[in-house]
Amino acid sequence: MTTLASPPPAVARDPAWSGRVGGIIAFVVALWPLLAWSEFRPWLLFDSQGLQAMRGFLAGFLPPSTAPDFLVLLARSTLETLAMATAGMALAFVLAAPLAFVATRALSISRIGPGPGVWRAAGVRQSARFVLMVLRAVPEVVWALVLVRALGLGPGAGVLALGIAYGGLLGKVYSEILESTDTQPARALLEAGSGRLVALLYGLVPGAAQELASYTVYRWECAVRASVVMGFVGAGGLGQLMDQSMKMLNGGEASAILLTFLLLVLLADGISAALRKALA
Amino acid sequence: MGFTLSGCGLVHANGHRALEQVSLAAVQGERLAVIGASGAGKTTLLRVLGASLKPGEGEVNLLASAPWRLAPGPLRRLRARIGTIHQQPPIPPRLRVVTAVLAGRLGRWPLWRAITSLVYPADMAGAHAALAQLGLGDRLFDRCDRLSGGQLQRVGIARVLYQQPALMLADEPVSSLDPTLADQTLAALVAASERDGATLVASLHAVDLALKWFPRIVGMRSGRVVFDLPAGSVTPEMLSALYASEGGVPPVHGVDPHPHDSAAPEVVASPALQPARL
Repeated sequence: MTTLASPPPAVARDPAWSGRVGGIIAFVVALWPLLAWSEFRPWLLFDSQGLQAMRGFLAGFLPPSTAPDFLVLLARSTLETLAMATAGMALAFVLAAPLAFVATRALSISRIGPGPGVWRAAGVRQSARFVLMVLRAVPEVVWALVLVRALGLGPGAGVLALGIAYGGLLGKVYSEILESTDTQPARALLEAGSGRLVALLYGLVPGAAQELASYTVYRWECAVRASVVMGFVGAGGLGQLMDQSMKMLNGGEASAILLTFLLLVLLADGISAALRKALA
Repeated sequence: MGFTLSGCGLVHANGHRALEQVSLAAVQGERLAVIGASGAGKTTLLRVLGASLKPGEGEVNLLASAPWRLAPGPLRRLRARIGTIHQQPPIPPRLRVVTAVLAGRLGRWPLWRAITSLVYPADMAGAHAALAQLGLGDRLFDRCDRLSGGQLQRVGIARVLYQQPALMLADEPVSSLDPTLADQTLAALVAASERDGATLVASLHAVDLALKWFPRIVGMRSGRVVFDLPAGSVTPEMLSALYASEGGVPPVHGVDPHPHDSAAPEVVASPALQPARL
C-alpha cells in the first residue's frame, strides 16, 4: 500500500499549476492595454469640477414630477412599454425555442455511436448557431432604427426589433443552459429510441426549468429597459416620454420615469423569484 | 434474435483501449453475467450491446439486425427494443417517480402521448406494476430527489421493466442495494426476462450474485473475454486470476474487500461462494 511520508517525484507537483499561473499573467497583460485604450480614468469622477457638474445636473431631477396630466401620460407609456417588452419577448421566444432545440448538441441522435448522418447533423446545428449569431449581432436599437423607417413611429417597430435581437440572445443562452445541465438523462432516453423533442421534455427541461425561467424573466426585464433606448429613436413607450422630458430639460419628469423603471425592475425580480420557487 | 459480437475492438477517444477482439453471442432469452475487476471493459461491452457505442473493429448484430448499417428510423426502433439499466440512474431529480418510470416507453409512444403524459400520467397502473415488483409501489407520486440512492436505482430498473425490451442490459444494477434487496431485485430482473423471453446481460461486481442468478458467466480482463462458461464450471482459480489486479480476491456483495485501504482481509464466508464453486 502507498505511504504518504515521501511522495514519488511524479506527484510532488500539481501538473495544472504552471498553466494556471500562465493564464493569470496572460489575462492581466491583455487587460492592461485595453483599459488604457478605452480611456478608463475613474479618478476624474472625483475631480471637483466633475462633481460640481454632476451635482448641478442631478439637482434638476428633484423632486419627481407629480402633475396629474403627466402621471396619466406616464401610466399610459408604462403600459405601452410593458406591452412592447412582453410582445417582443413572446416573438423572441417563438424564434429562439426552435433554433435552440436544433442547436443543442445534447439532443443529437447521430452523435450516439457515432451513427449515420453525423456530419450532416453537425452542419445543421452549426447553421442554427449562425442564424442565432446574426440575429443578435445587430443591436436592438439598430433594428429599431431600420424598422421605424419601414413601419413608422410607434411601438410596433420596437416589438419587432426586440423580437429579432432577443430571439438571437435567448436561443444562444437556452441551448447553452440545456448543455450545461446534466445531459445524461436525455442521452439515456435517446439511446432507448425516443425522439429529440421527447428527450428535451423528459430529459433536459426538468433539470433546467428554473434556470430557463429565470433567464427568460431577466431578459424580459432587459427588454423593458431596452425599450427606453428604442423610445429615443421613436419606437414609443417610456423611452419616447423620457426623450421628450429630457429635451424640454424637465428633470422632475425624468426622475419620475426613472422611479417607474425601478418599480418595473422590482416587479421582474419578484416574478423571477416566484417562478424559481414554483419550479424548485 | 439474441445478439452476436464478432471480433469487436474499441478504443475510446482518449486513446484508452476498452475492448480487444471480443466475440460473444447469445440466443434470445439467455441470461449472462459479465464479471471482472473495475476497468475491465464491462460497461463498454454493455454500451456496444446497447447500440450506443460503435466499435471501431468487428461486427455487431443485435436482435437480428446490424445497428450500424441501419438508417436513422430503423435504428431508433431497434434501440426502443433494448433497455439499459445504467450504473447511475439517468433520471432528473425533479421528475416524479411515475414520470421517470413511464419514460421507459418513450421510444414506442407517439409524440402526442408522450406530451400529454407530462400533464396527466398516461399509464399509472403500468408504472405502479413495474414499481411493485421492486417493492416501491408506494412511491409512485414522490419526486425522485426525495428517494435514497438505493430507491433511485430501483426506479431506474422499474423504468426498464416497464419498457419490456427484448434485450435487457444491466450495468451494476444492484450496486447501491443491501444484500437482501440486491437478491430480490435480481430475482425480479430474472423473472421479467423469463416472462417476456428477453435476453438479459448484467455486469456485476459481486461474484456471488453472478453465480447465484446467472446460468452463464463471462469473465473479462483488460478488454478481453477470458472465459465464457456455465456458472457450474467456473473455478476459484479462474476467479483469482480474473481479480489478480484487486489482490486476487473475488468481490462479494456487501463486503468491502479493502476496508481502510489496508491489506485485504479474509472474505466473510458467503453461502453462494462456499461449496463446490469456490
